[in-house]
Amino acid sequence: MKVLVCISNVPDTTTKVTFTENNTKFNTQGVQFIINPYDELALTKALELTEKVGGTVTAINVGLADAEPSIRKALAIGAHDAVRVNAEPVDAFFVASEIANYAKSESFDLILTGRESIDYNGGLVAGLLAEMLNMPSVNVVTAIDVNGDIVSLERDIDGGREKLECKLPLVASAQKELTEPRIPNMRGIMAARTKPLKVVEASSAQANSQTLNFELPAAKGACKLISVEEAGTLIQLLHTEAKVI
Amino acid sequence: MNQAQDFQRSSKSDLYQHHDYYLMDELLTDEHKLIRNTVRDFVKKEISPIIEDAAQRAMFPHYLINGMAEVGCFGPQLPAEYGCGGLDYISYGLIMQELERCDSGIRSTASVQGSLVMYPIYKFGSEEQKRKYLPKLASGEMMGCFGLTEPDHGSNPAGMTTHYKDAGDGKNIILNGAKMWISNSPFADVAVVWAKNEAGIIKGVIVDRGMPGFTTPETHGKWSLRASATGELVFTDVLVPKENILPGVEGLKGPLTCLNSARYGISWGAIGAALDCYDTALRYAKERKQFGRPIAGFQLQQKKLAEMITEIAKAQMLTWRLGVLMNEGRATPAQISMAKRNNVAMACQIARDARQMLGGMGITGEYSIMRHMMNLESVVTYEGTHDIHLLITGMDVTGENAFT
Repeated sequence: MKVLVCISNVPDTTTKVTFTENNTKFNTQGVQFIINPYDELALTKALELTEKVGGTVTAINVGLADAEPSIRKALAIGAHDAVRVNAEPVDAFFVASEIANYAKSESFDLILTGRESIDYNGGLVAGLLAEMLNMPSVNVVTAIDVNGDIVSLERDIDGGREKLECKLPLVASAQKELTEPRIPNMRGIMAARTKPLKVVEASSAQANSQTLNFELPAAKGACKLISVEEAGTLIQLLHTEAKVI
Repeated sequence: MNQAQDFQRSSKSDLYQHHDYYLMDELLTDEHKLIRNTVRDFVKKEISPIIEDAAQRAMFPHYLINGMAEVGCFGPQLPAEYGCGGLDYISYGLIMQELERCDSGIRSTASVQGSLVMYPIYKFGSEEQKRKYLPKLASGEMMGCFGLTEPDHGSNPAGMTTHYKDAGDGKNIILNGAKMWISNSPFADVAVVWAKNEAGIIKGVIVDRGMPGFTTPETHGKWSLRASATGELVFTDVLVPKENILPGVEGLKGPLTCLNSARYGISWGAIGAALDCYDTALRYAKERKQFGRPIAGFQLQQKKLAEMITEIAKAQMLTWRLGVLMNEGRATPAQISMAKRNNVAMACQIARDARQMLGGMGITGEYSIMRHMMNLESVVTYEGTHDIHLLITGMDVTGENAFT
């Protein structure tokens, strides 16, 4: 089975977010980048599946050279090879187009992404990619298993769980419960030195959206504590002060 | 040997964030950072949740050995052909830093294995000894300890009385004596022991557990390095095959070469302990309010924090440079000694200041600081005391020996 895992390079979860260029660009100064945590789950699941049924896992990233530490980490975790499409990942449409463009010539059986990237939280790439490649897609999955060319999947839905079956090829996006992320071992880190990381130039895809500006959320107000004896006051404050009821 | 379920996992997550005031990360390669972050992730996931319980109950968590070996904690600086990491000295240092960021005792276990057991076998052992021991020590299948210090010979190892003589059977030697304050001794499968031969020359001998007359009583009641096992090595007419003698070295140079490697690791480790204390104190100071505002806004707390990060930044720079010199094979024992002394003293001071900042909370096991503070009392003592290291620098700059 040939699996493609899409890797986003995102700011570490503890990053203090600031903007530059008139609030139109995220300020990357001093920011640590990591593999998008949902993508890391997708990668780990891909490895678990290929360890079970055989096959290869390719990691793909649309990004500039500064994303390579994250790609190297994907190789250290266990991906067999990696591809970087050399372009700034401007929006989901562009990223999906570039990945689709590469995937077309490689006939992957399964394409996994994270449910969303933790920086822009678009959650669009999996669906776009499936459409572009004319494959079915299942979003936000919590379990995947492969038997021959049949994939069984599970996903959480309102008030319950949905179980599905689907034929390969397929695009699926990973939810938190899919698996536990894998910490690379020393052998993996050493092996990653020599695993192939292919850099391909971007196709002529164009972004179809543009960021006008970013705003930080308003600072959190002070927390008011109300004693149990005066619970009635809470209703009054929610009504008159917070104006939410 | 205990298991994961023997330890209580803390529900509190390890919030540590790295501090890099002088952008030292720019001096590291991507691989250095990958290795450091890998060990940090491993520590946060596997060690941090149980370390307080392990220390409070004075139990070394044996079950972590496999995981530590997997992420490359044992002999990462030795060649891959013997099953080791094949990494450079900065990688080795970063691994030690991340382990000690959690606990000096856990770092000690790795230091002893990599620098004091594997390193002498690699450096002074025969090819057979290397093939026999190194791959198993790197994988954690075998654990080792190092016997130099004796009850009556600490700072003066040359005075050791542990000795061996020829057994007269053409095959063995007979080893007698005792070693003290030996990390890993209670569970080690193998001990690299320094002993005098009949001519009074110090030689290294590999002693395997199970050899009749060899015992390893555990040292109890420590108030430091409680998550690491310490003990004695007692040899009563132990028959050891001659092929267990390390052929490549004689004299004090043998153990001192090993100590250089270990002290180098400690200089990085101490930065880890200091970083954890600083990180904890900084976060606490921003959250803890007195007189209606965070204590981070008070001058005396800021003085402590400012001094801490200054000392950490200086130590990081010194130690990175030492790593480069180690990689180039140019670091002198006196330079390594200076880094060990400076960084451990720095960490001791930061642990104390940080503990004060946390007030009563700094006394409890809820926070890591007091554990670091107690651990560092051992670190400032072992592998050359702070005072002995001052004499090493003193002799290096004056040319005068003030030891004896």
